[in-house]
Amino acid sequence: MNRILTSKWAKAVVFVLCLVPLGIIVWEGFTGGWGANPTQFLEHATGDWILRFLAITLAVTPLRKIKILGLTQLIRFRRMLGLFAFFYAFLHFSLYLGLDRVLDFGSVWADVVKRPYITVGFTGFVLMIPLAITSTAGMVRRMGYRRWQMLHRAIYVSAVAGVIHFYWLVKSDVHLPVIYAGIMAVLLGWRVLAWFSDRGRKPARGAPARKEPSTVTAS
Amino acid sequence: MLLKRSPDLKYSDITPRDIYLNRRKFLYGMGLAGGVALAGKGIANLAFPSTRAYASTTLPGIVKGQFSTDEKVTDPHVVTTYNNYYEFGTDKGDPAKNAQKFVTTPWSVSVEGEVAKPRKFTMDEILKLAPLEERIYRHRCVEGWSIVVPWVGYSFSTIAKLVEPNSNARYVAFETYFDKKQMPLWGRAGIELPYVEGLRLDEAMHPLALLCVGMYGETLPNQDGAPVRMVLPWKYGFKSAKSLVKIKFVKDQPPTTWNITNAHEYGFYSNVNPKVDHPRWSQAKEVRLPGFFKNTPTQMFNGYSDQVASLYNGMDLKKNY
Repeated sequence: MNRILTSKWAKAVVFVLCLVPLGIIVWEGFTGGWGANPTQFLEHATGDWILRFLAITLAVTPLRKIKILGLTQLIRFRRMLGLFAFFYAFLHFSLYLGLDRVLDFGSVWADVVKRPYITVGFTGFVLMIPLAITSTAGMVRRMGYRRWQMLHRAIYVSAVAGVIHFYWLVKSDVHLPVIYAGIMAVLLGWRVLAWFSDRGRKPARGAPARKEPSTVTAS
Repeated sequence: MLLKRSPDLKYSDITPRDIYLNRRKFLYGMGLAGGVALAGKGIANLAFPSTRAYASTTLPGIVKGQFSTDEKVTDPHVVTTYNNYYEFGTDKGDPAKNAQKFVTTPWSVSVEGEVAKPRKFTMDEILKLAPLEERIYRHRCVEGWSIVVPWVGYSFSTIAKLVEPNSNARYVAFETYFDKKQMPLWGRAGIELPYVEGLRLDEAMHPLALLCVGMYGETLPNQDGAPVRMVLPWKYGFKSAKSLVKIKFVKDQPPTTWNITNAHEYGFYSNVNPKVDHPRWSQAKEVRLPGFFKNTPTQMFNGYSDQVASLYNGMDLKKNY
């Protein structure tokens, strides 16, 4: 499996796959699928894909750690997947700004300040901006891996914010937001468990180091 | 720039069946360039005709009613494919798909409560109580979109007077049909069912309040509330209960579904009011469907202030939202 993941075409294939949702959304515009309220349709369609890409991105590390799957090389795609989450978030915010608010920045700010579901969604989006900017290998070097990793844990906040944003915006049918909440809970819960078990395994300060290499890597 | 294409015909020129049978699907194409100001151009006419999402029959003898707006009537395709009818699913497109097999014959409406002559009206009787009027009303959803619909019916007061409400009757409670077998998605609705609504008696007796049996010259499609519903153009759409089975005149303010679901967001009155925001969004503007931009200013009482404002004299409309 890792051989497929490391083949030179793999990244190109994943890149194209990540654009398929956008392609489908645009295609639906030509077949009447946007319906009577296209702005709302597009906001919902792009919003769904932000949550999906955040979940996929957050699934990379847990999947790598399940040894029998042999997917350690998934790490090659994590940055791209995260950037696509940001890409769909950017489209989503742009639709809201351009069509829903018709470029009325004042009313956007009023929403951000006044309306909790917008506040939380906007926060989730803004937190992704520095992650996108510092996603290059050069930035990792410049920042130092530790600090870079600390910063990029902000994606956990964005994921939670995204789910809350969705939950708060539906009128009464919460089944979809609840499903996303469950997925995020599993993905983030795994990290909490991994953190505890890692801590248990790590030698106490001053104690002789064990031989086995630490499994702590970026998550 | 409003990206829409509506029929050039005035509604009065329309023979609806011909129009929709030959109607081509609208398409929205849009440039996502830059992602920011979505310069959209784009409604093309595709080569395949849209299929009708419902079966209706023409209503005979419709006369022009009062209160009609001369605004452009919304394409019937929009009004029949973009619906809130949670018993048939919570997606806007769900009711058009899921309500097709909804059985509406035979049908009767029980009009009861604090009245001298309680009575069950069959649908045939309802259709013949008074001349059917066409009334072109603006319809504003609490979610921030609006349409203009040529409804068919007559003032609710017509049927109310027949049962002779007594002096205890201060409110009117409406109840929508509910059947888990016919509405298998009911469990997803997230609201208590059957759907119930209510009005103060003077609101219900106002001539604008329409007991509605059709639209676009035909009987109501299932997804739009067949066979008989209320239409209250100065209130948010959810106040206009669909598929009525019971109308009860009562002494005390009746419970209403969205108020039960979330009292903080949906009040008993729910009059259209651009100055009183929904807690989660502004009500100052609306998107006129079909369209991209939410830039149509919302009017007080949805533009029916001259008719209904006096019903609320002296009331604090922020408190009585």
